[in-house]
Amino acid sequence: MSMHKITVTVNGTAHTAEVESRLLLVHLIREVLVLTGTHIGCDTTHCGACTVLLDGEPVKSCTMLAVQADGRQVMTVEGLEKDGKLDPIQEGFMQEHGLQCGFCTPGMMMTSYALLKRSKKPSEDEIRHAISGNLCRCTGYVNIVKAVQYAAAKQQ
Amino acid sequence: MIPAAFDYHAPGSLADAVALLDKLGEDAKVLSGGMSLLPMLKIRLAQVSHLVDIGRIPGLDYIKEEGGVLKIGAGTKESAFERSDVIRAKYPILLDTAAVIADPVVRNRATAGGNLAHGDPANDHPATMLALGASVVARGPKGERTIPIEQFFKGLFTTALAHNEILTEIRIPALPAKSGGAYMKLERKVGDFATAGAAAQVTLGANGTIEKAGIALTNAGPTPIKATEAEKYLVGKKPDDATLAEAGRLAAKATNPSADRRGAVDYKREMARVLTVRALRVAVQRAGGK
Repeated sequence: MSMHKITVTVNGTAHTAEVESRLLLVHLIREVLVLTGTHIGCDTTHCGACTVLLDGEPVKSCTMLAVQADGRQVMTVEGLEKDGKLDPIQEGFMQEHGLQCGFCTPGMMMTSYALLKRSKKPSEDEIRHAISGNLCRCTGYVNIVKAVQYAAAKQQ
Repeated sequence: MIPAAFDYHAPGSLADAVALLDKLGEDAKVLSGGMSLLPMLKIRLAQVSHLVDIGRIPGLDYIKEEGGVLKIGAGTKESAFERSDVIRAKYPILLDTAAVIADPVVRNRATAGGNLAHGDPANDHPATMLALGASVVARGPKGERTIPIEQFFKGLFTTALAHNEILTEIRIPALPAKSGGAYMKLERKVGDFATAGAAAQVTLGANGTIEKAGIALTNAGPTPIKATEAEKYLVGKKPDDATLAEAGRLAAKATNPSADRRGAVDYKREMARVLTVRALRVAVQRAGGK
């Protein structure tokens, strides 16, 4: 077992921590930094509830070591709201009723946020493709797609 | 789930990584994207004393053509294939393959080199690389060696790589004119391993007959399977329906799948046959045939 001193910038703030090699990124986020917006769902790389952005790209934080994020930029769902103002993607999920139980929502929003950074006006197909690694057991995805479309329109 | 304890190392160069692997011995494992290895460590299907992370070594992430040879750095993310102009324009079989590996979020971490080096017959790149006649470059303490992909897969999770070697590059030979390839995968849902998968690559001659064929199958046995008999059968023949059907039958004969939640042995064999025929048909179309 080895301990490592790492610095990870989360939502713009640099955090330094002494961590065990095997600590998963999602545990660093939830238990060390106490940012509990990121959820642990399946814990087996399938469901995407733990999705965060690593240097702008969505990744499953249950399948990454905290040490692998040393020196890199992480954005979690807590980073979406700026100065008390919701990000359009958050507004979209609210306005279009893009959630029921809400468990998948943080991961769903992070993946959608990254999609909208890359593609300003994605088609329904592109949206469904982009979120195909994020599972929702409640909505049937219809309102999630609408939520992303709402955010895309809002950003025009 | 939390992996059993291990030491983590993040060398900054390939030379340092190889020296570390050489020193640490059999109990060290190379970590690339970690999309196969970390889940195995988490469910404790595997346990290691040391992880050597090659993810921080610069210069392993590229897709480029040099002297007609397509070179793919081992650290290239699967998501890069979908965004690569050269892949989109000239290697649709690689686009087919990368687009069905796991899911889009996983593809942001998963690497092409890892997909091969993990030695899992359920992975998708192996069949495609077998069909394309690729080779891989391995770097060890004594320098580099090139391994033809046909000699790479030795058994379940076992490859030709020694414990102190790192796969650094995948090389795909220049494709002659009138070549085309396709990869087809049957999966229960996005992110699942293949129930069956088939890669086909063909080159057509001037008179429209098949000059060269590569066929390989995913998740059809303990290693990725090259359907040699089917390949030989096709050479010199016109790619009509009867011929492609016979090639599908021969390819299915080469499989040795095991029954699991994805299906029974007979079903998987049948799917390997169907997918081989479909992949061949698209490959022929892409090669400019009918």
